[in-house]
Amino acid sequence: MSKQRKAVALISGGLDSLLAAKTIIEQGVHVEGINFFTGFCVEGHTHAIRKKDKATPKRNNALWSAEQLGIKLHIVDVIDEYKDVLINPKHGYGANMNPCLDCKIFMVHKAKEWIEENDFDFIITGEVIGQRPMSQRKDTMPVIANESGADDLLLRPLCAQNLPMTLPEREGWVDREKLHNFSGRTRKPQMALAAQFGFNDFAQPAGGCCFLTDKSYSDKLVDLWTSRGRKEYDLDDVMLLKVGRHIRPKSNFKVIIAREEGEARFLQGYKKEFINMNCASHKGPLAMVDGEPSEADLLVAAQLTARYGQGREAEFVDVTIREKDGTEKVVTVTPMKADEIPLQWMI
Amino acid sequence: MSKEVLNAKRLLCPLPVIRTQDKVKTMATGDILQVVCTDPGVMQDIPAWCRINGHKVIETVSDDMEYIIVLEVG
Repeated sequence: MSKQRKAVALISGGLDSLLAAKTIIEQGVHVEGINFFTGFCVEGHTHAIRKKDKATPKRNNALWSAEQLGIKLHIVDVIDEYKDVLINPKHGYGANMNPCLDCKIFMVHKAKEWIEENDFDFIITGEVIGQRPMSQRKDTMPVIANESGADDLLLRPLCAQNLPMTLPEREGWVDREKLHNFSGRTRKPQMALAAQFGFNDFAQPAGGCCFLTDKSYSDKLVDLWTSRGRKEYDLDDVMLLKVGRHIRPKSNFKVIIAREEGEARFLQGYKKEFINMNCASHKGPLAMVDGEPSEADLLVAAQLTARYGQGREAEFVDVTIREKDGTEKVVTVTPMKADEIPLQWMI
Repeated sequence: MSKEVLNAKRLLCPLPVIRTQDKVKTMATGDILQVVCTDPGVMQDIPAWCRINGHKVIETVSDDMEYIIVLEVG
């Protein structure tokens, strides 16, 4: 009796990885999913902290994909290891701060380590030649296989027929004829295959699955590094860049202002780590001050906080300023007018 | 059978799921884990994770501030 072969599939939560895994499951291979959490994944419920999104059912699409496929999913925290990928990408950044090629090499390398530790035979990804401008090109796909160390243990079922044979194909663990020859940016073959498999409710993230492909997020990250004078971050930084309005009046401080109740609730958890403030005389948002503000800076922050509260048109607004140790004082400020906030302050 | 509590407050998904996954690895079948979170997304994600990995959700409790999931390790 032939040995049951086992593959680990990189599951992002998108359609391509779902289809790639399903293609191999259909060939009788035991497949389990793996999903790497870098801290920058759009996947998850980052937006659920915004109250307005609460009516929309949220789901983690990687978990949902695994459930559709009937496979286990291993979610791996790679936040710390990923820092070197982001800070020192050998192959550089894409349009924003997205190190897509280095990222894919890193993830396939981690998957290679995982299959060695767990006695699996090969790795599946949902990559398609020509699908992405940086990591899914004919010239970069071999780079991923080579530099990750996966080499011919890396099988891309959706475009395998356009690529050299891999070990699973040569050994007959999978039938190359039943793999696919997708290429380019068209989604039609994927949609047809999804229909064939009976998938009709799948995630189609418009901007990819990573915050680093987002200009606004990337701008905030660059601002963070610039203000600190060095490229470094921790998980709280990554989280806070996703939340609120970020305004930097001066290089030594910025103000993060909650845009709604859900964000305010999330920011409450950081009150012992940042000077924070909110309007005392009117309803208004919670704001955190990041950096080393002077007393005069705090008044600017208070004016900004008042600007986004219900007292924005009032002549004076009382703002409570809380130090990290909880001590409070109330200051009275005139809310900043919209046209008094220079555009370059808005990160 | 042991009962343990995991504090996953302030973490956004999927971190509460990852912390749950890592904690469950150290527990035995039949043990009970209570996960306390602040991200409402856990109400979808932890039950989904339990379903695909063979664990049983015994109870979910939520108010506007905290979301608590009690599961039995499978």
